This record gives sequence, structure tokens and C-alpha cells, in this order.
Amino acid sequence: MNETLTGFAYLAAAVCFILALRGLSNPESARKGTLLGIIGMVIAVVTTFADPTVMSFELIIAGIVIGGLIGTVVALKIEMTALPQLVAAFHSLVGLAAVFVASAAFFAPEAYGIGVLGNIKAASLVEMSLGAAIGAITFSGSLIAFGKLQGILGGSPLVFKGQHPLNALLAIALITMVVWLVQTNNETAFWAVVALSILIGFTIILPIGGADMPVVVSMLNSYSGWAACGIGFTLSNTALIVTGALVGSSGAILSYIMCKGMNRSIFNVLLGGFGGEVAGPIVGVGGEVKAVKSGSGEDAAFIMKNASKVIIVPGYGMAVAQAQHALREMCDLLKAEGVDVAYAIHPVAGRMPGHMNVLLAEANVPYDEVFELEEINTEFSTADVAFVIGANDVTNPAAKTDPTSAIYGMPILEVENAGTVLFIKRSMASGYAGVDNELFFRDNTMMLFADAKAMTESIVKALG
Amino acid sequence: MGADKIASNIVEATSSGDPFIFMFTIFVLAVFIGFYVVWSVTPALHSPLMSVTNAVSSVIIVGALIAAGPADMGFSKIMGFVAVILASINIFGGFIVTNRMLAMFKKKPKKVEASK
Repeated sequence: MNETLTGFAYLAAAVCFILALRGLSNPESARKGTLLGIIGMVIAVVTTFADPTVMSFELIIAGIVIGGLIGTVVALKIEMTALPQLVAAFHSLVGLAAVFVASAAFFAPEAYGIGVLGNIKAASLVEMSLGAAIGAITFSGSLIAFGKLQGILGGSPLVFKGQHPLNALLAIALITMVVWLVQTNNETAFWAVVALSILIGFTIILPIGGADMPVVVSMLNSYSGWAACGIGFTLSNTALIVTGALVGSSGAILSYIMCKGMNRSIFNVLLGGFGGEVAGPIVGVGGEVKAVKSGSGEDAAFIMKNASKVIIVPGYGMAVAQAQHALREMCDLLKAEGVDVAYAIHPVAGRMPGHMNVLLAEANVPYDEVFELEEINTEFSTADVAFVIGANDVTNPAAKTDPTSAIYGMPILEVENAGTVLFIKRSMASGYAGVDNELFFRDNTMMLFADAKAMTESIVKALG
Repeated sequence: MGADKIASNIVEATSSGDPFIFMFTIFVLAVFIGFYVVWSVTPALHSPLMSVTNAVSSVIIVGALIAAGPADMGFSKIMGFVAVILASINIFGGFIVTNRMLAMFKKKPKKVEASK
């Protein structure tokens, strides 16, 4: 294939990837979009097969078959609740692949047309070390994120003294090694870049608490894109540069949305080390002092049956209890009674952006009944019942009223405006942020103390 | 290698700039495209967005194929082979899990609408 054709083919692949993301603007066009993404990938791979340096195909085919099998099996078996872990694991693989490609380019630069071993163009060395460094950070950082989400590592942030000076020191060392590498083409310098970056990945993600993983996963999504970009520059491959830039900005936007959902600044995230308050002691003794109204499944069923509009507020607790199917059953019964049912999703509900939407979709909840915070927040005042299941902090009015609260400024779902608030909770314990929720003590709140699934099932029974 | 040549050819033909500026221009424009495209993604589909970006970023397999391609066995070829495996896991896994997610998103059935 001649070079003009190759260039066009890579451009076509890049356009396919742009359209794949564009398709996600609504669920109807999304499936077509994914198909375009697959076509783009096939174009890119086939085009590379035609590259004159690619002469033997045994290892390539073997690699694709092995990787393809593993990927297929994992993707088909994974539970939707475990999606965030899976995505974190995938990010770490992209990162590691970037490191391997960079090292291959360093030891066989002729194949990539960037010089000869020991005498690689300075610009290529800079691009290569950027790709390798960001890739390595993505790799080790995603491993930690995976461990925390999977529960292998404790969710609480690992904070130690001198953590920021240590990170600064590592960063300086990394830059020094890159400079050394560019000047001398030294092999040790290359490996030092990789090793230091892996270390940095550990030290920036370890101090972040488990509850803040949605931001971390989005951030690492972004990093994996930038790593691909770095490699794209090394290979002078436009498809790789465009795709890396798309993924990089996508991850950055998702991190920004997550940050806004928790009222944290993006710089706070990029510097790492936040989420310390997550492990803080549970404050407030309100549970014993103030009185709460508690009810049973029958009470809740009676209230909702006589309502004309119910808004469901699901949180991650619902997914943990696997209550989504029982919840959908409950809503079907309510709809049969003529009750108007809608779902309200907070941006940080779940363990990754959009996680709650997927969990509800899995339970066959139609997506046109599910609304984002901005779309539905004004409707709580016209709703008879707000049914809070597995969520807590995202409904806490203290975020609006109490400047001393740890969650002050965080956008919340204004459930307190509904006629009655039904709140499923195991006990009076606080949410992640360790903040008491004054909602529990309001006159129009009824607490339903039980496991989310058991309670929902008992409501279903009472309705049926 | 091909794109490099094209890049340098175009750059040589149009100006005296170096290929890096050419590629950097593409990069910056792509960041802008990414910015506008991603903001138009509905929040409900942010999880599929993540898994699909994950899959497409594995186009890094292009670099791995070149490394694994030469006829003679060597360090770089082995590196390339491992990278091909890793990227393939991502490509297959990423696209399949995205499809699984998207298949779940369904509209309200007509029947329910009618009963209201």
C-alpha cells in the first residue's frame, strides 16, 4: 500500500472513532457508533499489516487471538456492579501497552523510522519518554484503583507524612532522567523513566479514598489517552494522535463533571491526596438525641399507592444490596396503580460516571424514566413521595445550608421538597462524608430501617 | 512510517516548518473536537463512553504490530508481542462490554404509555 493511501486509511480510522463517540449523544445512535468504532479499529489494524516493516504474522496473530479470547471472556462474564473495576483494569493494560511499545521503539528505532539504536532523534526521545511515563503512571495508578474498587486494598486513603515533598522529589527525578535520556540515549535512563513513573502512579493514587474512585477512574481514563498520544507522536501516526487526544479530553471532562458533582476543584484532584475526610470519624450524635419516625414496608406501600407522583433516588447502596430488580418490580406495580414514577440520578451516584444508569438499565428500567439532577430537581416540589434507596449524602440539605459541613457546596437532589420522604437505610450511621443528615429528623420523613433489597421486596409484597 | 512521510511531504510542500508542528496542529485540533463531542454525550451514557474510549485508545496496537512485525526475533519483537496481547484484550473487552451496556438501554414500552 502506498503512503498516501496509508495516510488516508489512518485518517478514516480516526474519523470512525470521532463518530463512535458522537453516537453516544443518545442511546439510539450509540450502537451504530460502537459499530463504527469497531470498523475504525479494523481499518487501523489492517492498514498496519500492510506496513513494509510487518513481515511475520505468526506472533501477531497469536497475540490477537490470545488477547481477544481473554478480553471476550472477561467482558461477557463481568457483573455490571463490577464495571468500574473492569474499566480500571483495562486502563492499566492500555498504560502497560504504551510502555511496551515505547520500549520496543527505543530498542528497535529503525522499524519506526526515528533513528538508529543509540542515536535516536531528540524530539522522538522526548515523545517516547512522555508516552512511556504517562503509560507507566496509568498502569500503576489503575492497578491501585482496581485494588481499591475490588476491595483487595482497603478503601481508606493511605496518607503518610511528607507525601507531597516525596511526589515533588519523584517528579524532579523523572524530569532529570528524561533529560539524561535525551542527551545520552542511555538504556538505564530509559528504564529509570519507566520505574520512576510506576512509582509515581502508586504514590499519587494510594492516598485517595475509595469513595473518590469515580474521579480517579475518569482521570486515569484521561491519562491513558495522553499516553496513546505520546506514542502517536513517536510513531508519527495521525490515527493514534487523534484518538489519544479524544480519549484524553473525554477523561478530563468526565473528571471535571465528577469533581463538580462533589464540589471539589479539578486541581485538587490532579494534585492527588484528597479524600482524607472520607475516613474521618462519624460525627454527630443526633441519632440518640433527636427522634426519627420509622415505618414498615406496609406503611411505605400505603403512602406510595396513594401518591400521584413518586421520584426514586437510587444510590450505590442499592447496587450493593442488589435491590435494583426488586425496585423495578415495585415501580411497575406503582405504575399499574396509576402512579407517575421517575428516577433521579446524582452525578456521583455509583462508582463511575453513569454507573447508576447502567445498573438501572440492567434491571429493565426504561431510560426515558431516568433523569439527571438538573432535569428533575425542580420536580421534587410537585412530587408526593421521594423514595431514597441506598443514597444519603447526595440528599443532605446541609450541603446548601451549613457552611461548616464537609459537603457544603455540593449539588444535592432536593428531596426535602417532596410531600413525604421515604428513606431506606440500614441504621442511623452517616454516609461516606461522615456527615449527619438532618433529613432523617424532619416531620415529613419516614425512615425504613432495613436492607434495601429486603425492604423493597416487602413493599412489593404489600403492594401486590 | 507512512503518515510521517506524508506529514513531512505536506509540510515541505506548504511551508518550511517541521513535521512536529504539523502533528501538534492535528493534536490540538483533535483535543477541541474531543471537547465538543464529549460534552454532547448524554450523562446517562457516561459509562459506555468510558469503556468505548478505552477500546479505541487501544489503537496503540498499531505501534505494537510494527514492533512485533520484523522477521527476526529480538527484544523489541517480544515487547511488541506482549503489547499486542494487552491491546487486544482491551479492544475485544472494551467493545463487547460497551455493546452489552448499550443493549440494556431500552425505551419505555408503548403498552405502559397507553395505560395512562
